[in-house]
Amino acid sequence: MSTPPPDASLAAPSLLVEDLAYAYPDGHQALYGVDLRLEPGERVALLGPNGAGKTTLVLHLNGILRGGRGRVAVGGLPVGDRTLQEVRRRVGIVFQDPDDQLFMPTVGEDVAFGPRNLGLPESEVTRRVAAALAAVDMADAVDRPPHHLSFGQRRRVAVATVLSMQPEVLVLDEPSSNLDPAGRRELAEVLEGLPITLLMVTHDLPYALQLCPRSVVLDRGMVVADGPTRELLADPALLAAHRLELPFGFDPRAVP
Amino acid sequence: MGAGHAHGGLGAAYVAGDTPVHRLEPHTKLVAVLAFALVVVLTPVQAGWAPPAYAGFLVLLLAVAAVARVRPGRLLRGLAVEVPFVFFALLLPVVSRGPRTDVLGVSLSESGLAAGGSILAKATLSVLAATLLAATTDPRALLRGLERLRLPSVLVQILTFMIRYADVISGELRRMKVARESRGFRGRHLGALRVLGPAAGSLFIRAYERGERVHLAMLSRGYTGRLPTGPVAVVGGRAWAAALSLPLAAAAVLAAGSLLG
Repeated sequence: MSTPPPDASLAAPSLLVEDLAYAYPDGHQALYGVDLRLEPGERVALLGPNGAGKTTLVLHLNGILRGGRGRVAVGGLPVGDRTLQEVRRRVGIVFQDPDDQLFMPTVGEDVAFGPRNLGLPESEVTRRVAAALAAVDMADAVDRPPHHLSFGQRRRVAVATVLSMQPEVLVLDEPSSNLDPAGRRELAEVLEGLPITLLMVTHDLPYALQLCPRSVVLDRGMVVADGPTRELLADPALLAAHRLELPFGFDPRAVP
Repeated sequence: MGAGHAHGGLGAAYVAGDTPVHRLEPHTKLVAVLAFALVVVLTPVQAGWAPPAYAGFLVLLLAVAAVARVRPGRLLRGLAVEVPFVFFALLLPVVSRGPRTDVLGVSLSESGLAAGGSILAKATLSVLAATLLAATTDPRALLRGLERLRLPSVLVQILTFMIRYADVISGELRRMKVARESRGFRGRHLGALRVLGPAAGSLFIRAYERGERVHLAMLSRGYTGRLPTGPVAVVGGRAWAAALSLPLAAAAVLAAGSLLG
């Protein structure tokens, strides 16, 4: 599932970031030449301490931030002014606070927001809303207002709001934050079942190990490590150098 | 983060039901209430037949309330928004000039009495009609109605977000209050303003930042300036006739008054 298919080198990568550098208008330099390549179907965790530039990188993936050095391409399509709408369809970002993501009065209308922006016919919109909500196990919530759902349910609906756009890459910002253990497990089950390229920004190292065979460590605006998640997490020197910490008593080599 | 479990807020005015009034399309109801208010306002203040006309309007509203199964208590609570008008209406007979009359030993202006009374009656009738609309129409449906009536899209979007985020913001307010009081704060004296002022400020900053994050999330899903809505039902002449029966009946009362009175 998560390993790239044999001919992946022939197909365009799901996500290609080349030499990306960016400074905010106030002069703060957040990225210093980042390279990242995700093959179709890969599940990758993006790790790093607060302030490492993870969010800045994510906002470049769908062209919210642009204008620095380097280039970003999604499924072979370079991010630029003319391709912006299609890029935003291809990259589905799930933000950290589901209340930011769910702004429409009902769950169904919110999941339909993206497809309707794409100008799809109403029958197709209905079909996609049903499929996306079923994929996150929230099919019966279609007519409910978001604020009546539990936090874990809202997070899963937030995933559905981008799934309905049938993205090439799903980008999750801290997917496990604020979830109770059951909500965390339910979300993991949903994510594991999705046949889609996944980039997961997280501080939750066990979650990264559970879901993502590969991890990338970003610190001070640079990629400082890229490899199998288990190997990275088993390297205490690497973790210590970049303010990453495993939970007390957690041994990544002991996990099946 | 506490999940918003408050069912109060802006949705509180709505009384769920399945009566003919509930089933009317929201935009027809909006037009009906506006037209009714217009007829009420057109009633001449000084005419001798004005009080019976007001009574006639009230009977019409109560009939609609009966059909919609809206309880009298609900209607009375809706009148709370009218309180400032009541003060103004009570003030008019005292401060107005012209011929005066004695009521319970207080000298009051006759024209002021008439003006105050009619302000009170007109405001009450209009507020009652609006309360009926709010009680029989889901706020979200009301927004769709406003959009169908070609209210500028930006205004509809602002109202949509207000309904969606009222609970979220009031949840934040509640958590800030709990956090303050957990550290022994009691907002009983004037000095408390020095704490509450910055608290209001930080709530504003938080709401503003949330607005920016919501906007980001919207852009990420292809927002281009419109909130796309689904298909809309076609409204036939019969549904319009049903909705407009209230203002038409009110207009009939008005016409009868001016012809006979």
